Amino acid sequence: MTLALLPTDEAGVQDAVVSAAAAREPLWVHGNGTKSGMLRRVETARVLSTAGLSGITLYSPSELIISARAGTPIGEVEAALAEKGQQLTAEPPDLSRIFGANGRPQTIGGVTATNLSGPRRVAWGAMRDHVMGIRAVSGRGEVIHSGGRVLKNVTGLDLCKLFTGSHGTLGVITEVTLKVLPASATSATLVLPGLDAVTGVAALSAALGSPYGVSGAAWLPKGAGFDGPVGLVRIEDFAASVAYRTEKLRAELGIPGAEILDEASSRTIWKSVRDVLPLPLGDAVWRVSVRPSAGPGVLAAVAAAGIVGFLDWGGGLVWLSGPASAAAHRQVETATRTAEGTWMLLRGPDCLRSAVDVVPPEVPALAAITRRMKASLDPAGVLNPGRLYAGL
Amino acid sequence: MIRLPDPKPETLARRDAIVAGLSDIVPSTSLISDETRLKPYETDGLSAYRQMPLAVALPETTEQVAAVLRFCHQNGVRVVPRGAGTSLSGGALPMEDAVVVGMMKMNRILDINYPDRVATVQAGVTNIGITNAVAADGFFYAPDPSSQLACMIGGNVNMNSGGAHCLKYGVTANNLLGLKIVTIDGEILDIGGEHLDAAGYDWLGLLTGSEGMLAVVTEVTVRILRSPEGARAMLAAFTSNEIAGRCVDAIIASGIIPVALEFMDRPAIHACEAFAHAGYPLDAEAMLIIEVEGSVAEQDDLLEQLKAICQRFDPISLKVSQSAEESAAIWKGRKGAFGAIGRISPDYLCMDGTIPTSRLPEVLRRIGEMSDSYGLKVANIFHAGDGNLHPLIMFDANDPASFQKAEMFGADILKLCVEVGGCLTGEHGVGVEKRDLMPVQFAPHELAQQRAIKSAFDPDWLLNPSKVFPLIDPVAMAKAA
Ligand SMILES: Cc1cc2nc3c(=O)[nH]c(=O)nc-3n(C[C@H](O)[C@H](O)[C@H](O)COP(=O)(O)OP(=O)(O)OC[C@H]3O[C@@H](n4cnc5c(N)ncnc54)[C@H](O)[C@@H]3O)c2cc1C
Repeated sequence: MTLALLPTDEAGVQDAVVSAAAAREPLWVHGNGTKSGMLRRVETARVLSTAGLSGITLYSPSELIISARAGTPIGEVEAALAEKGQQLTAEPPDLSRIFGANGRPQTIGGVTATNLSGPRRVAWGAMRDHVMGIRAVSGRGEVIHSGGRVLKNVTGLDLCKLFTGSHGTLGVITEVTLKVLPASATSATLVLPGLDAVTGVAALSAALGSPYGVSGAAWLPKGAGFDGPVGLVRIEDFAASVAYRTEKLRAELGIPGAEILDEASSRTIWKSVRDVLPLPLGDAVWRVSVRPSAGPGVLAAVAAAGIVGFLDWGGGLVWLSGPASAAAHRQVETATRTAEGTWMLLRGPDCLRSAVDVVPPEVPALAAITRRMKASLDPAGVLNPGRLYAGL
Repeated sequence: MIRLPDPKPETLARRDAIVAGLSDIVPSTSLISDETRLKPYETDGLSAYRQMPLAVALPETTEQVAAVLRFCHQNGVRVVPRGAGTSLSGGALPMEDAVVVGMMKMNRILDINYPDRVATVQAGVTNIGITNAVAADGFFYAPDPSSQLACMIGGNVNMNSGGAHCLKYGVTANNLLGLKIVTIDGEILDIGGEHLDAAGYDWLGLLTGSEGMLAVVTEVTVRILRSPEGARAMLAAFTSNEIAGRCVDAIIASGIIPVALEFMDRPAIHACEAFAHAGYPLDAEAMLIIEVEGSVAEQDDLLEQLKAICQRFDPISLKVSQSAEESAAIWKGRKGAFGAIGRISPDYLCMDGTIPTSRLPEVLRRIGEMSDSYGLKVANIFHAGDGNLHPLIMFDANDPASFQKAEMFGADILKLCVEVGGCLTGEHGVGVEKRDLMPVQFAPHELAQQRAIKSAFDPDWLLNPSKVFPLIDPVAMAKAA
């Protein structure tokens, strides 16, 4: 029997955590569970959802600040921002294709706890760069706040960064305050045809190293909706700037057959890149991050294991899909290590996820710090045990 | 006056042995223990506080840093990491029983990688040193604290420093990819790298702004950006702080994010004009410096839009720069602001709270009232787009009563910042200066949690132990650990 806990306020979250800690009964903490399939599976008798903590609590467009309770559907946040011509800068993806839609929307707390960012990350930063304030209930049942509702804050240790991307293992996030930015007036995309991964990433690097403010740079292999492999470069700004910059960039890159997509097509293609639609869906999906120039090497190194993929973030974000076997996973690990990068096993059957390192293991000296840090926040080990690392 | 923890008598008693031990680790040219040569290390940018350290070690390699820390750890000796010593919050203030580990000799650029737009440098490279190394190729390192000629990247990381251009480009944390750190027990760890968003816990984010309390940073990998085609500034002056504040709101609401949006009040305008002769309007109550980037046509277009917005607020002067020289003139006064205040007052304290920008008029009015009641002059200069205030409180350090009043005035301003929904420090750090105000912003259990995270890195509290957190007695400290 699982005990499903759906508190509607922060005090309810505290109660749930305190009682779990007292009973030494771990919790599977999540929002709407849209990303339950990622990393290691947490098996517990108690399930704590933050979906009941909902609603925008503060929105001050002229201060570029929005706060929302953790369970607020991300669409609600995006709609409120759009009404004032603003947007979530990190462009968080909707991964329901990878994990399967469960009919519920992802929450702002879930997106923060997983630190997932879309194509704009390459220029404008990740989710974690825009979290200005956070409230979380630690495993001790205490409400810990860090940061606040202002754009610059270095007061004390930055626990916003620690909670963001911690996958619910250090605290149950109850409210998030984000820095937001004006949405650009328009956007356009330069399509660079006929480039393999290596020449494609070279072109993306040239584009990202130009003064034209590129805010998206991806490479798609053959079969992703274009005639052959393509590089994609996005520019977002005021209309006159977008027109001027895309033309300049096209001329400077000098790639024959380069075309410019209008705003509507541009939006469609980047939403597709954001949501990982160009990836053929295998039984296992990995998200690898390396220095951009190493992206093509990772693709080449895993090809023999039947793993395919595409590149975002100028080549640095490698989306991979392939068979759900330990051997395939080892290939991904080796290729990523060679490139001195980092991996995350996003999708795979439970048996694979529990058998391999879903993220790179920490060296012993760092793992010791991790254990002490985790123990300080969650002494009874009740928050998402084993989600990132076995035994933690 | 700020209290430092009592020195450990056993450390003071073993001073010679400790210096001898260090001399086995670093070259003799990297070890300072005589009083005259220790003198320059007794303070930092918060020069009202002074304390000579036990010794200064200036390691030349990460391995030497590791050996020094291991030695100090084994001997229970406290360590104060130091960059250029420009901290305005006393973050690098030594302790009588501590070894200062300085980064001065670790000043090499290790790698510049243009295709991946990253640079790896040693922690003692100055902020401007990174930009200088890549400028000829059209690149720059974005965060630009006014102290950038002197301050070091390791110091920037530990303070999470910002600058005038961080509204668009972010602060240090947003431009950082990797670190090499040494923990207090001498372990060398690589955090992050040349890639984005390492899986696992965000150690990079936690270490940034940790004020030398968690580890010593020896190498830093940062993002470098291609310089814009060009940049140009404009100046707009108004009849009240409130109107200027509303103009800032209108600019942000328009969807334009200028690369810089700086605010100066009347006393600041006067001080800077007398110093720099920048042509600032002396009849104004408040003035904005706004900078945009892009091609000349893009700059023209944005400046035209900004001019139209400013015009809605009846500016008493509006000057759009026509050239790089004119932009430089507009910036000259702002960049020399601290020096300018230094000319009209023997000493000043630079505060650094952040407020929600909507509360600006009220906060400036109340700072004005405090200035009257303390009888000390204050000039306000700040990053308007993000609400990071820099009130400069003028006082006379030779008069202890004046200094005491200035400190109380400063504390009142910071409490006001928290009261209106802001924070104690936007970019200068807590250091010793704001340490005792931390309970204004954090509940006791929150401070205990932060202390416990320090303990996870440094269980014996040897690394910069007197900073950031209000001092508590050793028993309570042990409990927190
Ligand atoms: C005139 C002036 C203008 C300034 N303008 C700005 C500004 O615009 N924006 C801004 O943000 N700041 C500003 N500052 C403050 C200061 O320059 C910054 O905080 C800067 O980052 C400090 O760098 P530093 O190398 O001098 O570090 P230090 O002052 O030596 O040290 C700062 C802190 O970092 C720790 N530390 C230093 N190096 C290391 C290391 N390698 N490993 C571990 N810990 C370390 C120290 O222990 C200390 O706690 C200004 C200061 C002055 C004097």
